[in-house]
Amino acid sequence: MIPELGQFALLLALAVGVIQGFVPLIGAAKGRADWMWVARPAAQTTFVFVATAFLCLASCFVSNDFSVLYVASNSNSALPLPYRFAGVWGGHEGSLLLWLMMLSVWTLAVAQMSSHLPQALVSRILAVMGLISVGFLLFMLTTSNPFERLSPVPPDGNDLNPLLQDPGMVMHPPMLYMGYVGFSVAFSFAVAALLSGTLDATWARWTRPWTTAAWTFLTIGIMLGSVWAYYVLGWGGWWFWDPVENASFMPWLAGTALIHSLAVTEKRGAFKSWTVLLAIVAFSLSLLGTFLVRSGVLSSVHAFATDPKRGLFILIFLAVVIGGSLALYAWRAPKVGLGARFSLMSRESMLLGNNVMFVVAMLSVLLGTLYPLVLDALGLGKISVGAPYFEAVFVPLMAPVVFLMGVGPLASWKSALAPDLARRLRWAAGVSVVAALVTGWVAGRISLGVASILTDLWERLRPTATQPGLIGRVRQLPRSMAGMMLAHLGVAAFAFGVSMVKTYEVERDVSMRPGDTTELSGYLFTFRGVRDIQGPNYDGVQGLVEVTRGGQPEAVLRPEKRVYRVQRNPMTEAAIDPGPTRDLYVSLGEPVDAGAWIVRVYFKPFVDWIWGGCLLMALGGAVALSDRRYRLKRRETQTSTTAAGVLT
Amino acid sequence: MKPRHKRVAVIAGVLVCVGVACGLVLNAFQSNLVFFYSPSQVAAKDAPVGRTFRLGGLVQAGTLQREGLSVDFVVTDTLTTIPVRYRGILPDLFKEGKGVVAQGQLGPDGVFVAREVLAKHDENYMPPEAADALERARTAGTAKEVYK
Repeated sequence: MIPELGQFALLLALAVGVIQGFVPLIGAAKGRADWMWVARPAAQTTFVFVATAFLCLASCFVSNDFSVLYVASNSNSALPLPYRFAGVWGGHEGSLLLWLMMLSVWTLAVAQMSSHLPQALVSRILAVMGLISVGFLLFMLTTSNPFERLSPVPPDGNDLNPLLQDPGMVMHPPMLYMGYVGFSVAFSFAVAALLSGTLDATWARWTRPWTTAAWTFLTIGIMLGSVWAYYVLGWGGWWFWDPVENASFMPWLAGTALIHSLAVTEKRGAFKSWTVLLAIVAFSLSLLGTFLVRSGVLSSVHAFATDPKRGLFILIFLAVVIGGSLALYAWRAPKVGLGARFSLMSRESMLLGNNVMFVVAMLSVLLGTLYPLVLDALGLGKISVGAPYFEAVFVPLMAPVVFLMGVGPLASWKSALAPDLARRLRWAAGVSVVAALVTGWVAGRISLGVASILTDLWERLRPTATQPGLIGRVRQLPRSMAGMMLAHLGVAAFAFGVSMVKTYEVERDVSMRPGDTTELSGYLFTFRGVRDIQGPNYDGVQGLVEVTRGGQPEAVLRPEKRVYRVQRNPMTEAAIDPGPTRDLYVSLGEPVDAGAWIVRVYFKPFVDWIWGGCLLMALGGAVALSDRRYRLKRRETQTSTTAAGVLT
Repeated sequence: MKPRHKRVAVIAGVLVCVGVACGLVLNAFQSNLVFFYSPSQVAAKDAPVGRTFRLGGLVQAGTLQREGLSVDFVVTDTLTTIPVRYRGILPDLFKEGKGVVAQGQLGPDGVFVAREVLAKHDENYMPPEAADALERARTAGTAKEVYK
């Protein structure tokens, strides 16, 4: 009964989605208020139906309804409850439903929070989002229906892939999808602006919080994936340049560029058509990412059983969305215009530099990811592009980015004076030269970024005649400014963590008998043997490794090797002792002979700074979102429209 | 500077940046492409010696030998076999009779020294490279029979 209800809800969502996609669009084109009015209630109704379908599938998982094919292939009655719920997005069909669910959440959010926007703009935005949901609904209903029944009903399910039975599975996909799909809002804003032909500073101000929100979610999503890979794959790496990781990284790079160019469009009215193009690109890359990951053209933990019909559908959908929006762009962008001019030495040109770097970085990732696929599709042989390529490209590209990140916010808009900039940055420059001399080029570069941000902060928080108290000055600091500084400090922390791990990490594979010791960077690891353990749905062994430093006990680590009962796959669970300055990491390899095991031990200095930096970036995004200026109501935004009009 | 000159300077600057980036990218690309070969191709001396490439196929049953940290096994595409040596921990899903992809270099003694061994995350999933090697061997095999 419940699966049929879910199926029916999806069909209803499709019907309402078609109305949401076409009626307001035609209404906006013809200027008919009653047709435009349809957008909001239609969006709300679509949300209700999609949410119903989602809850139906979740309830099938929770109640172990193995008569549903998708549940039977991705769950098991012995699976703990949180993983049964996460099993909803453990396979292809369910993750599409999750995608759709997130899209409806964003659409509903736009519908509810857009009372201050002009009706025509809101109608167009909601219509574009409706069309996207129609595409995904058609895809689900024709090629990948999660509610398909299975007959005869199996006694038990095939279980969730053991690799996915992890707390990361509960958090990582929803966050990542929230970010991916969030760019559809910026995309819809861009398409709406192209359709209407008007794009001004207010448009940018309305688009900014949505883009920042999507970017924040995506940052957290990628970070969670990275942490998960670090502790669960047993390889101790935090980023593998795997095509699937790249698929999530490309929209992030484009989104980062978009956030910065939107700032210029809002403040200075410049970069207009470029901003629109970036919004289209960011969402197209999200779609491409979904395609790469879900169509099975890539071999990875994220790829599920493949069906050529699905690949073809996504390919056509991609072509329609990307091709259509780019064609619209080529046709309408001249109307939007380039925007205000600026001098060579200004914050605009520094932000332009940022944009160039991020887009080039994005394109180089795209090349490395797609080239093997294209070559394979053309039958020209199988190749792979590994981490060395991406590292060789990324490190030199990101060096100027860190520099610009420090200097850019200090430069004034429109036209900055080089001597003034040099004077304000003299302390920062001095500090970084010293840091570079003492610890090397990388640390010097990072410290330039940090010192410049601190200089900026000092200039803003320095006692002034009007506001002598520090707390008052902090409160006067605009939230968007504080958010930017936090995010930039996050980048610095991230870069520091990466450099330290790259330079000083130590890894060793050793064969150890109980009682054997091995020494790593001053830490003494003693292997005490293994014992059998039993989990809810797995059996395994747990090793015991004691770590001492200078004779003092430092940590006790218990790495595990598990075999899940249904799929009989072995799984390595690493044991980690985290710390602010280092992680100690131990994972079990395989038993050799007479109680000896091959054990992998790692010393990872400052590795947690990588994710701490990502968290700071996300926190910066959240703080920027809380800026008062985004909460202005209609009347005030109209006044500032006029003001902006005068400015540009 | 006149506005027009400034605009030219900005465009020139952007072009230089993009050009440098393209140079970096293509250079890195050239030197970091990893090609794939099947055991038959390696046996036919198609694969380069002293350059990193990927070898794919099945782990031949009964050939896995571990001595301390180093492992020896044989990769087959059912026609030809290549001995592989590796040092370290094998992935969880590495099994005799299952698909495998090894990345490394071919030594002068004909032994493939792997620096990385990849097995996939799903028991029934065959790495595409390994599947490709078997497919090639199969078609080559039938072609030979037709010849006879």
